[in-house]
Amino acid sequence: MPQINLLQAVNSALDTAMASDPRVICLGEDIGEFGGVFRATSKLQEKYGKQRCFNTPITEQGIVGFSIGLAAQGSVAVAEIQFADYIFPAFDQIVNEAAKFRYRSGDQFSCGGLTIRTPYGGGIAGGLYHSQSPEAYFCHTPGLKVVIPSTAYQAKGLLLASIRDPDPVIFFEPKAIYRAEVGEVPDQDYEIPLGIAEVVTRGTDITLLGWGAQMHQLHRAAKMALEDGIQCEVIDLRTLLPWDLETIVASVNKTGRLIVSHEAPRTGGFAGEIAAAIQEECFLSLESPIIRVTGMDTPFPLVFEKEYLPDYLKVYEAIKQSVNF
Amino acid sequence: MTAKANVIGVPRFTEITDLTIPTLSILDAEGKLRKDAYEPLINKATAMKIYQDMAYIRILDERMVAAQRQGRLSFYLTCTGEEASVVGSIAGFKNHDMVMSQYREQAALRYRGFSSEQFMNQLLSNDLDFGKGRQMPIHYGSCELNYMTISSTLATQIPQAAGYAYGQKLSGKDACTICYFGEGAASEGDFHAGLNMAAVSNCPVVFVVRNNGYAISTPTSEQFSGDGIAPRGIGYGISSIRVDGNDILAVYAASVEARKLALEKNAPVIVETMSYRLGAHSTSDDPTNYRSIEEEDVWRKKDPILRMKNWMLDKGWWSDQQDHQLKAQYKKEILDALKSQEKRPSPSISELITDVYKTPPAHLQKQYKDLLSHIDKYPDHYLPNPNKVDHQTALTQFN
Repeated sequence: MPQINLLQAVNSALDTAMASDPRVICLGEDIGEFGGVFRATSKLQEKYGKQRCFNTPITEQGIVGFSIGLAAQGSVAVAEIQFADYIFPAFDQIVNEAAKFRYRSGDQFSCGGLTIRTPYGGGIAGGLYHSQSPEAYFCHTPGLKVVIPSTAYQAKGLLLASIRDPDPVIFFEPKAIYRAEVGEVPDQDYEIPLGIAEVVTRGTDITLLGWGAQMHQLHRAAKMALEDGIQCEVIDLRTLLPWDLETIVASVNKTGRLIVSHEAPRTGGFAGEIAAAIQEECFLSLESPIIRVTGMDTPFPLVFEKEYLPDYLKVYEAIKQSVNF
Repeated sequence: MTAKANVIGVPRFTEITDLTIPTLSILDAEGKLRKDAYEPLINKATAMKIYQDMAYIRILDERMVAAQRQGRLSFYLTCTGEEASVVGSIAGFKNHDMVMSQYREQAALRYRGFSSEQFMNQLLSNDLDFGKGRQMPIHYGSCELNYMTISSTLATQIPQAAGYAYGQKLSGKDACTICYFGEGAASEGDFHAGLNMAAVSNCPVVFVVRNNGYAISTPTSEQFSGDGIAPRGIGYGISSIRVDGNDILAVYAASVEARKLALEKNAPVIVETMSYRLGAHSTSDDPTNYRSIEEEDVWRKKDPILRMKNWMLDKGWWSDQQDHQLKAQYKKEILDALKSQEKRPSPSISELITDVYKTPPAHLQKQYKDLLSHIDKYPDHYLPNPNKVDHQTALTQFN
């Protein structure tokens, strides 16, 4: 199987989707001939023509509104928002329109063919406006699905599943590991089902839960903990909405301890939702409080990015704190 | 104001071609006054300042791109090719007018008096950066110079500029707002919202649209179908003018008139400067992927700085020798500033939680203390610059 990076896997998924279904249309800023600022749509215009892969004017609300209309008509719209930090002009279209399209019409109309791809996250010296992780805003919106891959293999399988899913999906891509994350990815078409977490490492002492680029920090912390004799069960949530409660509950019932980690700020972050649900389900199994290792409640900084980020050392300290509780 | 109804009896659609926006052009490509053009009133001192600031920015941009390639900066973005659009427009305003810019107008900030050291402080995120090392390079701002801090988000400043100008009008001061953005940003919803509100609320704001041909890789042909941005102003009831953006006298003359109009009528005005982004979008971009060298060369021949220089030489206000000296002096000044300011420390880590709110709330103070205890466990891993480690002081600040 070929070794490709996460970005190439996204490109491969788009290529596969466009080849297998003529209704698939890709649109966004600079995604045409140029192939997008990160090159995720490289060669797609050349292969499928300007009608199916095209540059849009700079208007995120326009891109998403247009894509909702396309999807309502029966096309399959794959919209790129250049950076997740720039998704907010489209917030109304996403939250009030895409998420409620089917519900408000009693299932007469839907925009389920809509997928919004957008690179998110820090670690690239991007400061306030090229680093944010806004997943929690969208997880607070019934009607949307929210998906975040952490490996090249996941990126292709989850993106294909998202494009073909009957509901609108926001697909956040961890741009910090676009090129660094390399793995075996089949050339052929495959899907990874949405809504199911992946238990990446089996362990008995504590559960570490995350998604996207943060998985690297969790794996690294788990390795450090293993040297201390602590066996971590590392779980990649993959889909945040709707999320796989069952897998996490089974793990926490076994380990009795849980750490949830994300780059986004702590207050109102998705770790809070998970912690609340797990204490409801696993109260009697818990041996220590559920710990959140997250970004701070500030805008994303520039010079203190390293200090701000919830890195493996912070996760490792949290593991010790939980185990020694 | 609604014009008197012009009634027709058969369907006839109005086309974009029914409205032709003229382009103000005063200097020809060689820097000579065009035959039927009027030279605006401009004194030697103003002309010298305009020319020198354009020359300065060209050199700053060249040096900073080189510094970025050497790894001394993380990012940079040039104004190359558009110096006349920016300096010519800001020169038509007063220092107490507010500037709300996009991110390619460093020449306006220079015109207001931003020093080489101040540019470096921001670009290098050091302890003297007014923005406290929080934003990527080129996101300048200066309260003292009435230059609103830049945001990466596009077009957000447009409705804000309308509101700022409305406040200026109510305060009764002889001041207005100049708001810069590019033709790409004019596709954002905030552009339409901002123009309409500025017109309806009679706001003394001048919108300077730098129509430079490209939004990253996207050419204007894929950005809009109409005739540029100026006709949109007409649609919103805004006085609009289009100028040759590489012609310093055209930009200056239009800007002086635009400010006058905005304040006399208490109304917004649009100035669309037609130019070309000669450089890459930023140091993260490579234009050879989407446009030809031949196309760039056409515009290189229209260099706004050279055109102004020729006009100055003809006037006897400038000499080649002065030009040579000035450029050598700027180059030295900029490199000296780079060298001295890159030795400065980073801001204090306590700035991580300041300015989120006026006063850091309890939960943020706790997160900060937790961070400092964590850093104490791994002192070699974080804060590699020893100058940054003043966190004992920082800690007491919030106790």
